[in-house]
Amino acid sequence: MLEGEDRARFEAIVLPHLDAAFNLARWLLRNRTDAEDVTQDAVVRAFRAFGTYRSGNARAWLLQIVRNTCFTWLRQNRMAAEFMEFDETTMPQESENPETLALAGSDREQLTRALEELPESFREILVLRELEGCSYKEIAEITSRPIGTVMSALARARGQLRTALSNPAPKEARRAV
Amino acid sequence: MPCEQTENQLHGYLDGELDPVSAANFEKHLESCPDCKQTLAAEEALHQSIQKANLYERAPESLRKSLLGKPQQSPAVRPFPAPRVFAWQWLAAAAVFLLAVLVGWQQLQKPRGVSEAQLMAASLVDAHLRSLQPGHLTDVESTDQHTVKPWFDGRIDFAPPVHDFAADGFPLLGGRLDVADGRTVAALVYARRKHIINVFVEKSLSENYWKGAGESQGYHWLAWQQSGFTLCAVSDVSPADLAQLQQLIQAQ
Repeated sequence: MLEGEDRARFEAIVLPHLDAAFNLARWLLRNRTDAEDVTQDAVVRAFRAFGTYRSGNARAWLLQIVRNTCFTWLRQNRMAAEFMEFDETTMPQESENPETLALAGSDREQLTRALEELPESFREILVLRELEGCSYKEIAEITSRPIGTVMSALARARGQLRTALSNPAPKEARRAV
Repeated sequence: MPCEQTENQLHGYLDGELDPVSAANFEKHLESCPDCKQTLAAEEALHQSIQKANLYERAPESLRKSLLGKPQQSPAVRPFPAPRVFAWQWLAAAAVFLLAVLVGWQQLQKPRGVSEAQLMAASLVDAHLRSLQPGHLTDVESTDQHTVKPWFDGRIDFAPPVHDFAADGFPLLGGRLDVADGRTVAALVYARRKHIINVFVEKSLSENYWKGAGESQGYHWLAWQQSGFTLCAVSDVSPADLAQLQQLIQAQ
């Protein structure tokens, strides 16, 4: 159990990665409120498991716990989540003008939407690489994948993101994903 | 039709993950492949727009506060002020206390004096702890028993039994030389899920002929005799896991 010295070590080694933990949870869950709850849960789990932490990459260690906690949460809440897709009305209504769509890549809302519509595993790998700046080795560690498949998974994830940006899915089709 | 290289190396190149030789080869390839050039430009543009869009979302202050208990008084100096004690921490403290009482009571039941085996085990548990320090785990790092076993040739005057048990959930990570109780021993390193197991091997002599099982500093150990060797497995995994590894080694 952690007390005194271990608590201080945990705060010094693991908690500096709280932003990374929250960011990953926010993108996996597509919702800040849920991300806050799940990140808190994950950090408490990490604290309990700190005894098994070996010196090494604390960020990757924490993110692995965060993603597992997120996927468990998603499994448990999937039924509910299907009825609670993110609220379309909060998104700016883009015109269907092809020129606007062509500019999608530079638009934060468009990118957010495109990223949120990707399958979880693609979203996860893009967030880890593009937002968190993780190396392939770290991504392999966090997602428990062989390092050799990280590059090909990234290639496919980026391909899907580009497709999503150039042809945003119609609203009806989005729910079927 | 995209070039084959696009699938294989373009992303590694884009992310700076190729080794220098592969990167140079890919650059050479780029000069003669308009498809790859175009794809690379598109990927770079996508990367740029993601960076510009500033999609990273930082943890809200409320989360930080709920984890740390108090608002930050001077973030520059103390980014993580003393936390409030969670209810579960009190439970944890209570559990530790109960455990201490239990262990203490068990100790009282045992005969006085520390046995030979406990002393042996204590020195090996110390060696196990040292091995967990960064860079101390293995002298030869390989999951291949045919790499690890020959490594010991000439370094130690016996050939320890080296086998990989990855199929049974105990992958071999490597080996090293260690010193316990003033003697040089071979250490074989296995993983068990996220845990590390050291199996210390030395030739059986009258002064190290021992076996048994126990716990020291929270680590389990299991020692046995096998074809002229004294073996002792040390780890924080369960005694059942150690027993399973022992059976695997004995079956070889």
